[in-house]
Amino acid sequence: MGVEGIGARVARKEDKRFLTGKGRYTDDMSVPGMKYAVFVRSPHAHAKILKVDASAAKDMPGVIDVLDGKQILADGIGNLICGWMIHSKDGSPMKMGAWRPLAHETVRYVGDAVAIVVADSVAEARDAAEAVVVDYQELPVVIDASKALEAGQPQLHPEAPNNLIFDWQIGDESETDKAIATAAHVTEVTIHNNRLSPNPMEPRAALGIYDAGDDHYTCYTTSQNPHVARLVMSAFYNVAPENKLRVIAPDVGGGFGSKIYIYPEEIVCLWASKRTGVPVKWTSDRTEAFLTDAHGRDHVSTVKMAFDANNRIIGLKVDTIANLGAYMSLFSSAVPTYLYATLLSGQYDIPAIHANVRTVYTNTAPVDAYRGAGRPEATYLLERTMETAARELGVSPAELRRVNFIRSFPHQTPVIMNYDAGDYEASLNAAMQAADWNGFAARKAEADRRGMKRGIGMSCYIEACGIAPSAAVGSLGAGVGLWESAEVRVNAVGTIEVLTGSHSHGQGHETTFAQLVADRFGVPIDSVNIVHGDTDKVQMGMGTYGSRSGAVGMSAVVKALDKVEAKAKKIAAHLMEADESDIVIENGELKVAGTDKAVPWFQMALAAYTAHNLPAGMEPGLKEGAFYDPANFTFPAGCYICEVEVDPDTGRTKIVQFVAADDFGNIINPMIVEGQVHGGIAQGIGQALLEGVHYDPSGQLLTASYMDYAMPRADDLPSFQVSTSNTPCPNNPLGIKGCGEAGAIGSPPALINAITDAIGNNALTMPATPQKVWAAAHAAK
Amino acid sequence: MYETQYHRASSVQDAVSRMEAAGEGKYVSGGMTLIPTMKQRLAAPSDLIDLRHIAEMQGITVSGRSVRIGAATTHYDVASAAALKAVCPAICSLASHIGDPHVRHMGTIGGSIANNDPAADYPAAMLALGATIVTNKREIAADDFFTGLFETALEDSEIVTAISFEAPAKAAYQKFANPASRYAMTGVFVARRDNGDVRVAVTGAGANGVFRHGDMEAALVANWSPDALSNVSVDASELLSDIHADAAYRANLVKVMAKRAVAAA
Repeated sequence: MGVEGIGARVARKEDKRFLTGKGRYTDDMSVPGMKYAVFVRSPHAHAKILKVDASAAKDMPGVIDVLDGKQILADGIGNLICGWMIHSKDGSPMKMGAWRPLAHETVRYVGDAVAIVVADSVAEARDAAEAVVVDYQELPVVIDASKALEAGQPQLHPEAPNNLIFDWQIGDESETDKAIATAAHVTEVTIHNNRLSPNPMEPRAALGIYDAGDDHYTCYTTSQNPHVARLVMSAFYNVAPENKLRVIAPDVGGGFGSKIYIYPEEIVCLWASKRTGVPVKWTSDRTEAFLTDAHGRDHVSTVKMAFDANNRIIGLKVDTIANLGAYMSLFSSAVPTYLYATLLSGQYDIPAIHANVRTVYTNTAPVDAYRGAGRPEATYLLERTMETAARELGVSPAELRRVNFIRSFPHQTPVIMNYDAGDYEASLNAAMQAADWNGFAARKAEADRRGMKRGIGMSCYIEACGIAPSAAVGSLGAGVGLWESAEVRVNAVGTIEVLTGSHSHGQGHETTFAQLVADRFGVPIDSVNIVHGDTDKVQMGMGTYGSRSGAVGMSAVVKALDKVEAKAKKIAAHLMEADESDIVIENGELKVAGTDKAVPWFQMALAAYTAHNLPAGMEPGLKEGAFYDPANFTFPAGCYICEVEVDPDTGRTKIVQFVAADDFGNIINPMIVEGQVHGGIAQGIGQALLEGVHYDPSGQLLTASYMDYAMPRADDLPSFQVSTSNTPCPNNPLGIKGCGEAGAIGSPPALINAITDAIGNNALTMPATPQKVWAAAHAAK
Repeated sequence: MYETQYHRASSVQDAVSRMEAAGEGKYVSGGMTLIPTMKQRLAAPSDLIDLRHIAEMQGITVSGRSVRIGAATTHYDVASAAALKAVCPAICSLASHIGDPHVRHMGTIGGSIANNDPAADYPAAMLALGATIVTNKREIAADDFFTGLFETALEDSEIVTAISFEAPAKAAYQKFANPASRYAMTGVFVARRDNGDVRVAVTGAGANGVFRHGDMEAALVANWSPDALSNVSVDASELLSDIHADAAYRANLVKVMAKRAVAAA
């Protein structure tokens, strides 16, 4: 592998810049004449806008202009869209209500943007925003998704009667019902998946620059997928044709999904720049982030899992209500359907599955993909149900899982997915051994003597990554293909630039993508630069989410490297008068195998560009591009075990051990993979133990700051014991499955299974706050 | 934040003069609550008069068991004062767990008690220690000082200049932190004097702010042990309910933290 090649623990190249404060984020960008924007936002969760009076605000010091929803409508800027069409089981298309970038008729959640103020300074813009008088007529409010479906509730969008967006199903209902009817045992549970706020370290920001000379727009923005942003802003929002719109996502400080989507603010900043004639920059403050960044999760499901007399699962029936908030965000429809219900088979051989999903409008922030996106919801549902079933059936949770594992591949589930490879028992065994599962009873007895309740829980997760085969997702309603692109440019002196459509916002691509090149050509990674995040520099690409950069983005790089390698060998063979099939590349040299003849890499590159002595008919230069469209999803899987001690007097949970045994396929940089797992588990523990968005009945966000929204901190977390045992993915050239979301997917059920084991009460919802755990522990007595 | 005028007062008298000259002035002594509130535009003082650098409000003096802490003393300085630790380690320990290092180096004891946040730690210590709040005008017993949520007996322009107390024979503070803010969701300070007097003060839990729990005090006078509290009931109807903890849970925490404080004292 070499010291910097595939499999090496190479320190992250980008960290010098991040750790020394030299990162360049959207808010760091400054251009001459730039002014600052503040948005006027609705203080009401549901109201009619009777009038927007900006006359006083426009007269305030430093104010350039105040623009509202009627003006953006008049200028022809389109509605925000959801890009994945879902059809209800009656065949009707999903009921998408209008989402205007600036509301002009109705506001539907607290934080809905109504107007933009552009001023010389943020402070002046803020002062003027307070002086914009919006006359609201308040409307009744509904927060809870189940309630929103009931008769007589407030209606958010005329397009969606009873607030129902779609009523969708997957699987075979009659076969599933039959299995349940004939079952030896049926486990029934209700599963709540709590709503989360994404909280990337860098809040969202946008800088819109309109150049009247060229009638051209530039948008710096906090995006995980700048090309998709350009495509959507161009094709749907009528901001500008693609060739007149450059989108740049520079350093981006975390996304977790929340920066996939195109939000109102970037569109409005671009439009406002043209209207005002000045570049317009907006940076979210933390309160705005809590109010308006797309939230995650928020499912309620009822579950029936049917077992035969041998504890084999024979059927699974799920009915889910998913809260999508006030508007349909870009991928909101895909999350509770194809990213969720298609994973309901888990690691288990289940002959019949049926899931029904209803998605619902409420007067809350839009909900969309958040680290894991549907797969944590499926995993939590399944693994809590499995644990409950094991308790009801009186068998060990490990044995119940073992009995039901899928053991031969490929495996076709009843819910679309075709698993290509895996060894679930290997992960289970590795995790149980690492956790000293068999020694738990003694540890529990010792804890009992100290008055502490000790519990252990496991979770066997599977997820679908490598999103996604374009034709397959197209047939399921996706509005885009989910391939990835790469271009490899070898410079005349042999240094290399890799242009990728993936986007790094914490993942470490500048290191791992360079490792692929180092591995292939034996050049130092310092001679390789990764270029990404700018639509003017990089060919069309689909961006980073769904743990796709390794399996899809790197596969595109590999395809481009193949082409570069082939041409490089031709050039070298020509230079050394050898046969190209005899050329091998080692340690930065192209050698004739079995001889001492060699051409250094840089000399071959120089030859490509001087073009003085190339094979007949060969074009000069050395630069190759490739698009890679995956043949299948990839299926990372693993087993997580969590051990806790609960203080029965206070309900406080202390995580005393957390073990992760993952199968990610082949690994490029184990250190970065471990970091991803650590971060993912921290996020999963955050969901299970600490985090939860609360709205009051009037739709006011009670968790709008860190005073009330509990994020995981170092002292909430144990040291993680992580390991991998990998079955290579057969469907991509590197054998990669993906690791970015696994920790967040696998950890919540392990933790809740452990706490419920400790307190002897299975009725516990996330987040398992001290109050809830205390109450549940006492109810169990 | 709205525009405001910052003043660094050089003496107590200077601070009072500046306050009297200001339109809508506000004293600041660390600003750990006030500055975030101003940033959110929920407070808009025309003038901020900073008390933190007034020499006569600095420092800790311990004489025998008599303690005097200048109001502008930071939490860090209280936490790390060796002479204070020798006679009343409980208050040093309390200070060491306020906020984070940034807060402990900026926030002051005077600022904390004058603000009287219902989840702040120091008010419980003041009540349980039977402290005297010294102002530029008078001396106020802690029992008379804390009058409600963010309410104190301070009059306009009155400044807390110091607090004083006699170190008790035994004392301890136990805090159960809010998982999000890390403020006290319930904190209990217990103190026992050589003459057998006991005070139990509770912060973070009371619907009307910090309070003493008379039944617990009586039980502990009779028998200074955690078990003495087992049969004392805590009335949940006088406690706070919020998204983190309802009153019944806080009532439980009051008792649990009180027992642990007695055990730790």
